Amino acid sequence: MAAADRAAQRLGLQAGMPLAQAQAMIPDLAVIEADDAGDAAALAEAAAWCLHTAPLTAPDPPDGLWLDATGCAHLAGGEGPMLAALCGRFGRAGIDARAAVADTPGAAWAVARHGGGMAAVPPGGMVVVPPGQAEAALAPLPLAALRLPEEIVRDLRRLGFETVGALAAAPRAPLRLRFGEVVLRRLDQAAGRLAEPISPVFPREAINRRVAFAEPLLTAEAFAAAIERLARDVCRALARAGQGARRLDLLFERVDGTLQAVRVGTARPSQAPAHLARLLAERLEQVDPGPGVEAMRLVVTLAEPLGAAQPRDGLLADAAETQDAAPLVAPLVDRLVNRLGVRRVHRAEPVESDVPERSVRRVAALAPPSGRSWPPSLPRPARLLDPPQPVQALALLPDRPPVQFVWRRVRHLVRRADGPERIFGEWWKHAAEAASVRDYFAVEDESGARFWLFRRGDGLDSATGDLQWFLHGLF
Amino acid sequence: MQHQHQQPAGLVEELRSRIAGIGRAAPPRGGAAAVIPLGVAAIDATLPGRGLACGALHEIAGTGPDVEHGAAAALLVAGLLGRSGKAGGRGTVLWIVERADLFAPALAGVGLHPDRVILVEAGRPQAVLLAMEEGLRHPGLAGVVGELSGRFSLTVSRRLQLAAEASGVMAIALRRSRRHDDPALAEPTAAATRWRVAVLPSPPPLPEAPETPGLGPARWRLDLARCRGGQGTAGPASGTASWIVEACDAKGRLRLAADLADRPAAPAPRGRAAGGPAAADVAA
Repeated sequence: MAAADRAAQRLGLQAGMPLAQAQAMIPDLAVIEADDAGDAAALAEAAAWCLHTAPLTAPDPPDGLWLDATGCAHLAGGEGPMLAALCGRFGRAGIDARAAVADTPGAAWAVARHGGGMAAVPPGGMVVVPPGQAEAALAPLPLAALRLPEEIVRDLRRLGFETVGALAAAPRAPLRLRFGEVVLRRLDQAAGRLAEPISPVFPREAINRRVAFAEPLLTAEAFAAAIERLARDVCRALARAGQGARRLDLLFERVDGTLQAVRVGTARPSQAPAHLARLLAERLEQVDPGPGVEAMRLVVTLAEPLGAAQPRDGLLADAAETQDAAPLVAPLVDRLVNRLGVRRVHRAEPVESDVPERSVRRVAALAPPSGRSWPPSLPRPARLLDPPQPVQALALLPDRPPVQFVWRRVRHLVRRADGPERIFGEWWKHAAEAASVRDYFAVEDESGARFWLFRRGDGLDSATGDLQWFLHGLF
Repeated sequence: MQHQHQQPAGLVEELRSRIAGIGRAAPPRGGAAAVIPLGVAAIDATLPGRGLACGALHEIAGTGPDVEHGAAAALLVAGLLGRSGKAGGRGTVLWIVERADLFAPALAGVGLHPDRVILVEAGRPQAVLLAMEEGLRHPGLAGVVGELSGRFSLTVSRRLQLAAEASGVMAIALRRSRRHDDPALAEPTAAATRWRVAVLPSPPPLPEAPETPGLGPARWRLDLARCRGGQGTAGPASGTASWIVEACDAKGRLRLAADLADRPAAPAPRGRAAGGPAAADVAA
């Protein structure tokens, strides 16, 4: 038996069992012939499909995929969210994937299959190994995590090695003598002392251009010139196809056979060579040219039809008079997003919620304008403290504003106040909020500074709150 | 103001704008007249071009405990930029903070619609400056606001000023500091104007019934500590000009404090006080 799906595993069947035994256990077993060539083709297709996540992907037969996500996790909001999105997509496709991120392919391979230190990764689960901790994460794993031939693992066990950590601590010379280079090579690859290139797949139909150099390139200026040339060629091809690039991968083929990649994304499809070249050039600092780069390839991994209305760079000043501002600021948003990350650049949009911290939602910087705003009648502070800071306040119950309050050991005497504005808990969101009440007061102290305070509870019924006062904002 | 052949005043304006153009990196887009008026005649009269110039760097900070939070300063900036552009407010504003404590409903409350604001969380002061410069190279924006903590050197501010001049976008550096009396706030910069916003106790909401509870509009003292090319007392050599105003209303307009509008304000050090009853709104 080559493989068993989850339903089969529930019945006690496992890969590697003789088929006769399985059929004895389950008389009406449905058996599908193993199709190695078909599996390999499907795996290659899955690798190409993963290009939406990372610029370099490769199948790892029989059951794995490599993704080199160096320098592109920021587009998904970090490594954790990136893995979660990837596993979610596989899950929706009916595949229980285990995923791991680590410094080296070897470490990620081991952790995905044998657990992140203590526990095995469940199907659909994921592990992020922090940078620099690949060796520590590997140490407690069994020897099978090293991708060694089975007989070598058996022999090592016989010698008393159980974990990767024990093997890594052993003297190297006898290991080389007894087992050859392979054991040390796998150890070094997992620890990052030895580079392990992956041979990536490209989406077949993607627009891509490659430029090879007579002499290996090393300097940023030379790279920038090559990027400009590639961007120009790619944009010409995009223009012919009537498309704009949404995501670009730039691959650096180094003399030592390894690949480096940078990825940039754009908020709107673009075919402006200057803009794309600048986005790519800003990420050059992430590239380690090593002994030199002998070829570069620019791949458009995501393209979208281009609207006819995109203004050219030179016409920006005239276009500033038009209504839709989004295309104008798109290049700026792209640069900020590529530098700071997608979560750091956003717009605020109103949410119909009375709870102040829930009344704002973040939307993408170039999301279509909603046209909505907040109700103008309610005073809201310019700075919101998150979380609200507890203060000691003196106030008459049930509905008088505080006479004074102490915040950060400074006493503020309240001269004027407005309120209460009563805000009820949203019981339809959290059962615990069913009874809770906040009474908000806008107060001014003797210096004129204005504060936004609230009291938990309505002052009559203790179920509504414990009467603790908080400072929530500053006007 | 463009009839320079008929009116001597127009000629003066013309010459002034020509002088202002000397030494600039490039002529500002939209002409030298591109300003956002503060909407108070007495203040606007002090400023070259009768308003805060677009294509220039302006510096605003709070006073006292508000140096740390810059809440009043943020409202002033939002009210000002809410009125920028034609037809009372259009164009995107890039607002760069170190960490997110800005509350968008308050900006909307003084007329800066949330659809117009792109918020950037830069994380570090250095990244705030980089993002500001990036934004200022972009002529499509209505304004770039950067909330800066720490030092703001002459060189750095000069870079921003030049970028603003080249693109015609208004740059505002909202200075913040954990120290209330941070000496870094007084160091010279290349900003065209430098403002301090101080909160003052507000009068009763109903002057005729002082015992009525409630809050009226907040009251600020605006100190113009520096104004390049300013007229009269507002120059850097002649000290600070001050005005007492009511905080921005729902459309971002300031007005001179109502009970002070008829007589000179006492607290101002150099008595550049309320300009009389005629100082009504000169709305944009």
